Amino acid sequence: MADMKCENCGSTEAVVHLTQIVNNEMSTHHLCQACAAEKGLQDSPDPANYQLLDLIEKVSPEVPGLSSNGDEPCAFCGLTFDDFRKTTRLGCPQCYEAFSNHLPRLLRRIHGGVKHVGKVYLPPDPTVSQIEKRLEGLRRKLDRAVQAEDFERAAELRDEIRAMGPAQEVT
Amino acid sequence: MTEFDAIPDHGLGWLEASGEHADIVLSTRVRLARNLQGHAFGIRARVNDREAVLRQFRESAGLSETLKGGILLEMPEVPDRTRHVLHERRLVTRDLLGAEGTGPATSTAVHFSRREPLSVMVNEEDHLRMQSLLSGLRISEAWRIVDRLDEELGRELPYAYHHEFGFLTSCPTNVGSGLRASVFMHLPGLVLTKEIGKALRGMGELGMTFRGLYGEGSEVVGNFFQISNQTTLGRTEEDLIEDLDRVVRTVIDKELQARQILLRDAPGLTEDKIWRAYGTLRYARMLTFEELMNYLSGVRLGMSLNLLPGLRVYTLNKLMIFTQAAHLDQAAGRDLIPEERDAHRASFVRRILASEGDVSAEPVDDRPSDQP
Repeated sequence: MADMKCENCGSTEAVVHLTQIVNNEMSTHHLCQACAAEKGLQDSPDPANYQLLDLIEKVSPEVPGLSSNGDEPCAFCGLTFDDFRKTTRLGCPQCYEAFSNHLPRLLRRIHGGVKHVGKVYLPPDPTVSQIEKRLEGLRRKLDRAVQAEDFERAAELRDEIRAMGPAQEVT
Repeated sequence: MTEFDAIPDHGLGWLEASGEHADIVLSTRVRLARNLQGHAFGIRARVNDREAVLRQFRESAGLSETLKGGILLEMPEVPDRTRHVLHERRLVTRDLLGAEGTGPATSTAVHFSRREPLSVMVNEEDHLRMQSLLSGLRISEAWRIVDRLDEELGRELPYAYHHEFGFLTSCPTNVGSGLRASVFMHLPGLVLTKEIGKALRGMGELGMTFRGLYGEGSEVVGNFFQISNQTTLGRTEEDLIEDLDRVVRTVIDKELQARQILLRDAPGLTEDKIWRAYGTLRYARMLTFEELMNYLSGVRLGMSLNLLPGLRVYTLNKLMIFTQAAHLDQAAGRDLIPEERDAHRASFVRRILASEGDVSAEPVDDRPSDQP
């Protein structure tokens, strides 16, 4: 790696190896800092676009024409998958259902996983399983807080768990 | 400026250089993206969507211990220069400023808490972006602050949440936890020893991504890097936070090692670079922002290595923020043309460095020279 020159300008030493840096251009490029910046590490609100456009192309339907004809636009906001390919932004929460044929593959490529394992949101009229999941998440946080000896936080979490129901014993 | 008087610390608390490793880590930011059910996201949101989102946010803020009594600025009502100052203080994103010429969209807003170093952007790309911005390396603390607010708001607001994908966001790179934690680092040692490429590659392998700090052109200036988690789905928030903290601490160790190598292998050259940078900043009559950032990097390194005793991290942080275009225009009370700005910038830097008093030079004559 020591003598590798920037493949864009050919003069400066390549210090940025884009294979490893996802929120940037595509893989296996070796660039100097100035060229890496030019290629998409601008101070834009989200530098992820370059890579993201490419990933969206990869998960888009292989059959030509299917993307516009085979998928219905989102019933709530009217976004088509083609719109999404252009803007890399989804239009509304329902889009996640509307494009459920392609999104899991895209999410796996972006994140490595497709399943949220973090905080559990409890809607105003929760089901039993939602409450269970929420409690599970709170207990996990409580364990972390105790481990980190953050007793103030642990006390808050314990209160929160207790408040969710008398049956929920904290050990 | 009434807007700034109303904002706690004038929105500059994160410059105070109080956190851990504050000479290397300027600041820590943790943000959560949240959206509300029943409304289109940012770019597809209509006026009535944005109005409804802002209304619901206001109601929930009134009930939140963290936010009530805070200050909410509706972006269209904020004067243009003030908006840019807010952006330069990293309190609002470029998105929230709206397009050049047209200005911010209706019902875009930012709310500052009076209790915590915390703010919420409303109707950005996502309906809500809550962020805690702290000085130094304080990732867990920043996470705890936004997590608490998220709990409070989540009790009142119908978040867009999917049983499998988690918190839904406009951009699929944010879905799941909606969490982006980032740390703003000064890494001149790694750049000068040409180890930065390896370090960035290593960070990539560990699930982190980086951005440089860019000037008006596209070059990375001042050896500043912003390092953040790359993925948001499939890991718990605590794991994301701990991973970033661990990676950042490793990078700090490597940066400190690189600095020792510089001092060992090229003491004369390193010292010369630092003193030339200081001399230029102390006496230059014109400075572009890029020039300033590059010299400031040398001076910051000198201060960290105790080669420029008497300088404070806070002073150097302040020099980065108050020398940006909108800050200079605000101080001048008018829109400056670029050449004027360079002169105003140099003048401001001279004044601040002079007020710090002279830095005392350590005797260097007895040190071995690394130059032939």
